[in-house]
Amino acid sequence: MYSPKLLELFKNPKNVGEMPDADVKVTEGSLACGDMITIFLKISKETKIIGDIKFLSYGCAANIATTSMMTEMVKGKTLEEAKKLTFKEIAEEIEGLPPVKMHCAVLSIDGLRSAIRKYEEERGLVKVPELDESFVRSRLRHIINPKLGRDVVSTGVVENIRVYDGKVEIDLNLSEADEFKNYVVEEIHERFDKLPNIKELKFNFEGE
Amino acid sequence: MQKTIYLDNATTTTLDAEVLEVMRPYFFEWYGSPTHEYGHTFGLKAREALERSREAVASSIEASPEEVIFTSGGTESNNLAIKGLTLASEDRRHLITSKIEHASVLNVIKSLERVGFRAGYLNVDREGFIDLEQLKNEINEETLLVSVQHANQEIGTIQSVKEIGKICEEKGVLFHVDAVQSFTKVPIDVREMNIDLLSVSAHKIHGPKGIGALYVKEGTKLKPLIEGGYHEFGLRSGTENIAGAVGFAKAIEIVNKSQMEHMRGLRDYLMKGLLEIPDSKLNGPRGDKRLCNNVNVTFRFVEGESVLLHLDMRGIIVTTGSACFSKTLEPSHVILALGLKHEDAHGSVRFSLSKYNTLEEMDFTVENVKDVVGQLRVISPVGRR
Repeated sequence: MYSPKLLELFKNPKNVGEMPDADVKVTEGSLACGDMITIFLKISKETKIIGDIKFLSYGCAANIATTSMMTEMVKGKTLEEAKKLTFKEIAEEIEGLPPVKMHCAVLSIDGLRSAIRKYEEERGLVKVPELDESFVRSRLRHIINPKLGRDVVSTGVVENIRVYDGKVEIDLNLSEADEFKNYVVEEIHERFDKLPNIKELKFNFEGE
Repeated sequence: MQKTIYLDNATTTTLDAEVLEVMRPYFFEWYGSPTHEYGHTFGLKAREALERSREAVASSIEASPEEVIFTSGGTESNNLAIKGLTLASEDRRHLITSKIEHASVLNVIKSLERVGFRAGYLNVDREGFIDLEQLKNEINEETLLVSVQHANQEIGTIQSVKEIGKICEEKGVLFHVDAVQSFTKVPIDVREMNIDLLSVSAHKIHGPKGIGALYVKEGTKLKPLIEGGYHEFGLRSGTENIAGAVGFAKAIEIVNKSQMEHMRGLRDYLMKGLLEIPDSKLNGPRGDKRLCNNVNVTFRFVEGESVLLHLDMRGIIVTTGSACFSKTLEPSHVILALGLKHEDAHGSVRFSLSKYNTLEEMDFTVENVKDVVGQLRVISPVGRR
């Protein structure tokens, strides 16, 4: 069951709409996955404070409500403060999310962080990270194990990661018959396929 | 209180008050367990009610009473049919089904694949009809069973069961039909259609939950999944659900043609209204090859769970093929099998009707769906104009 607070934000989301004069705009998620958000930010050049934030959403009630909650929580914050916001804090603020919906809060955080990263990269404030095991692991921490509502790394779904010549191989502690196998694989593809430095992505499953 | 418009009748239906009435004595008066012909009064009363109910189910599909096994419902019937056959089969290890079956067929077959059976999954066309040529080619000397549903749970496509039955007969393989959605809505004649096993359920036709049946053609070798005191011809042990069986029989008895005509009229009216919404399209066929109570429409640029919850707040109960609403976070396998995209599944909404729905309810539904879809499109990052 969704919390009353979540349902209220779903019914009447805050900060929804377009922002034609945004300093940065990003879209995270995809139509194929069934959840997709666009984030618009207005950022003060001097203070790096998020003066305004708006979003659009194609997604379920949890997607709309958690993204709305995220926008409320970072408005008026500096970029450094905003980067520290976690999906758990959003889930708490919204008075709980079912484990199977935790990925919605993660998507809203990803949207926010992508927008900030894009803003910083465009202005030469940061450099693009190198492709190695720890980079892959850090990205996998954004994928939620729907059974437990926590990420696939800390819940042991990801066993080993090998990175060589732009190829990434991941051993997953999931059987072919697992109810969420397809979901987890799709989610990983979703995050990695668009990264320019990855040429190939391979999975090994339990019992293979 | 807000009025509820229940349009999720393909999932389950309300009990008909008449059904409850005939069930009542078997909870309080004749609650005995059925015995053989020479038992005590309570046992005999229960036996008589059970056998009368069995006859009612049998005659509704042109079968003999000895060919009807009561089960707990459609899922158990499908499990018993498929697993029961494989347990009794010594040599044949190949099964054929379609890509759009109910989970209680698909997951049973997938699980049998993991213990050494092989399976073929038939493609369907854009409207959900299976490929009969592929079926003919797929059958080989190893094939034990073809399991194809009569009507689809999501898009209402009614398969040409008679033709499939003919192919199975010619090729000498067994034929199971999941008729849970079509039962009493589309005529079934197990002899004429050459069906060996057929699953039906009571709660889809205003009968009680917890009772269904499996037709097993005389002479078909089947092993039980639930063993015990040899109830139901030794194929399904456990004290019989007498009240359920009596309710099931009553539910069958009160179905009539005019209810079907009523639903078909509402279906076409609702369909027309919904398709007036821009960027919407029908999933499944039109006309006589579609279940009389099924409407399934994809509204582009919106996600189904959001549509469902907004409609729920307005008292309208529907369901969706969106991944966000499924237990496995996967989009409807039926919509994908039609060759459509993931987002066509995410935006699909099913409206399934019953004899109790009215024309006014259809008007109210169309008006509110228009409003909700419009509202969600305003905040959607896709399809913006």
